[in-house]
Amino acid sequence: MPSADEINTDIRTILKEHARLASDPSTLADDADLYQAGMTSHASVNLMLALEDKFEVEFPERMLRRRAFENIAAIRAAIEELIASR
Amino acid sequence: MHDFPPLAALRIGLDLVQVSRLEESLARFGERFSRRVFTDAEISYCESSAAERTRRFAARMAAKEAAWKALGLDDTGHDWRSIEVERDARGACSIKLHEPLHSRSVVAGARPISLSITHEADYAAAVVLATTSS
Repeated sequence: MPSADEINTDIRTILKEHARLASDPSTLADDADLYQAGMTSHASVNLMLALEDKFEVEFPERMLRRRAFENIAAIRAAIEELIASR
Repeated sequence: MHDFPPLAALRIGLDLVQVSRLEESLARFGERFSRRVFTDAEISYCESSAAERTRRFAARMAAKEAAWKALGLDDTGHDWRSIEVERDARGACSIKLHEPLHSRSVVAGARPISLSITHEADYAAAVVLATTSS
């Protein structure tokens, strides 16, 4: 399992490519609201699919909740759960 | 003297989708994107016209997001396929809810009652009107 810092770095890289945020993802706090930062629901689908590619996981329907993608910490928790259950 | 039932509250939802960005998503992720967002019937209809394909997908995505906003169930989940845009023989579109969202909307007293979608050039937009319990 990658470390929390490694996962956070990968999430920020993917956010930069897919989330089209108003600010640089590298400057966002782990608990900063990504929707407030400008992420659209369309972008959240792109983000989810890019995360699946990067971490070789698949988000099940039960995780397709707005809160699962609302900040970096929530995304990391979901990724860690999915990696652990592989 | 008649006793009229209380008028249900109405709520509207509006969303705008950039067609070219949706094209990018479809190009990047292909069927993985469409299968996670759209129902089989929606995909079948959108794919039936190569010229209109992306605009149709974009309009439906806008309709789904508009429905989420109108229903006021944003925090309960975001399973895109539980909201379907149905099209009747005359071309009129409406929102159909599938499980698990259907049950949640019934419990919340929220029901979509009207949908209007449009697309022009690089943008597709949708408005959904819903009744809510409060």
